[in-house]
Amino acid sequence: MRVEPIAAILLRQWYLLRGSPVRALPMFAWVGIDIVLWGFISRFLNSVSAAGINFTAMFLGAVLLWDLCGRVMQGLTTAFLEDVWSRNFLNLFASPLRISEYVTGLVIASIATSMVGLAVMLALAVPVFGLSFLALGLHLLLFLLVLYGFGVALGILASAMVLRFGPASEWLVWPIPALLSPFCAVFYPLTVLPAWMRGVAYLLPPSYVFEGMRAVLQGRPFALLPALCALTLAALEIALAGYYFVRVYRRAVRTGLLARYSAETVS
Amino acid sequence: MTESAAAVALRVRDLRKNYGKVQAVDGVSFEVGPGEIVGLLGPNGAGKTTIINTILAVLTPSSGSIRIGNIDVSRQRSLALARTNFAAVYATLPGNLTVVQNLRFFGLIYRVRALSHRIEELLRQFTLDALRDTKCGVLSSGELTRVALAKALLNRPRLLLLDEPTASLDPAAARATRSAIRARARDTDCGVLWTSHNMYEVEEVCDRVLFLSHGRILLAGDPRALPGEHGARNLEELFIQLASEPLAHPSEQLT
Repeated sequence: MRVEPIAAILLRQWYLLRGSPVRALPMFAWVGIDIVLWGFISRFLNSVSAAGINFTAMFLGAVLLWDLCGRVMQGLTTAFLEDVWSRNFLNLFASPLRISEYVTGLVIASIATSMVGLAVMLALAVPVFGLSFLALGLHLLLFLLVLYGFGVALGILASAMVLRFGPASEWLVWPIPALLSPFCAVFYPLTVLPAWMRGVAYLLPPSYVFEGMRAVLQGRPFALLPALCALTLAALEIALAGYYFVRVYRRAVRTGLLARYSAETVS
Repeated sequence: MTESAAAVALRVRDLRKNYGKVQAVDGVSFEVGPGEIVGLLGPNGAGKTTIINTILAVLTPSSGSIRIGNIDVSRQRSLALARTNFAAVYATLPGNLTVVQNLRFFGLIYRVRALSHRIEELLRQFTLDALRDTKCGVLSSGELTRVALAKALLNRPRLLLLDEPTASLDPAAARATRSAIRARARDTDCGVLWTSHNMYEVEEVCDRVLFLSHGRILLAGDPRALPGEHGARNLEELFIQLASEPLAHPSEQLT
């Protein structure tokens, strides 16, 4: 992989943000709303619960981490969709740009934009609602790594879906995090899920993160094996999503879809 | 690699592309020499754009080979495309970036050395300086064409593919563009594959033309000599004559 083409993908995103500040709004507006909403819900639950459970850390922390994962996915998908919306595929893919460089550029762009979201979330959640991530200690780094990895895998998968099924399939892509959240056990332990849902949850790295987070917050020992399992799964899913993207791209080149990619629907 | 292979800007051999039972390109072979401008002519649907897309590696041929210089496009796509560039009316640059931003973006992708200097050169050459900070989405079609041509010359390509490059230009701008491309081909040995429906332009610009119909090359030669050789008054008449004829059997082609 070469630096300049990756830098080009990043530079384009920077130009778009600089040229239209409205694009920056989704980076923090929705996460801000989520933090405020769940911040007050957590505060209320803390006030009516006598069980000594820290709902702020449990719920608000979970919302923050789950939002982050979704931001990474949406950041990557949006960067890809910019090329769909501006009908730029022919210019891009008839150039020396390699697929690996293109996808790497999208991944770095999404990580950078989601960092902005993370900063906003922390700026709201820590001082306003008293969320302390220090309680998670160094485990937090591991959790963030897994969630970033899974967000990247979802983003690559979503981009491949748009490339495969056409621009109209965009609407299929945005709800993916919402569809997965019940399986990822963001707000409740895995044990409350029926067996088949638990089976799905074991394939999703965030479910290990949220289980781990609850364990740490409740003072239970942190299990290293599930954490490593989550990291391995995230890495595997990035590789699988990348493989799927390359397959979809090659099919698009073989069938001529890439050369005429602008139609509302393709098959 | 043989010496003769390296001595051509583009070599296409027995290129075929079929979509199911439809044969879009049917055994096309041709070469573009260094500094040569070759016109690819034919009615709509003849297979011109399909050929250009296969050369640009955005469409996989069903069979055949394409070499840009001495590089096989199917094996070393990125390397082959680094010495190629293109402009086409259907491949507009992102409208949400300014002229300079677009040139910088593609300049990085093509890894152009001394990029800022190169951009300034091209802005001057295509009289785009006044539009440098204008978003491409608000440019006129003629201005957009000039930006697309500037992008196409960013990497000083050895092979330039131009699909109706002057279609949106006024006569003066079209003439200037033709002059610029001719000069580029002459001075840098850049091979050019040029499609156009403007036969007067083709006569003026192209060293050689290939008439394409139903995915096959029916006729090839000097655009100034061909009409006389085939009993037509001019290239346009020859074009209409060929386009209206049913497809000749390969053994009866007028090559």
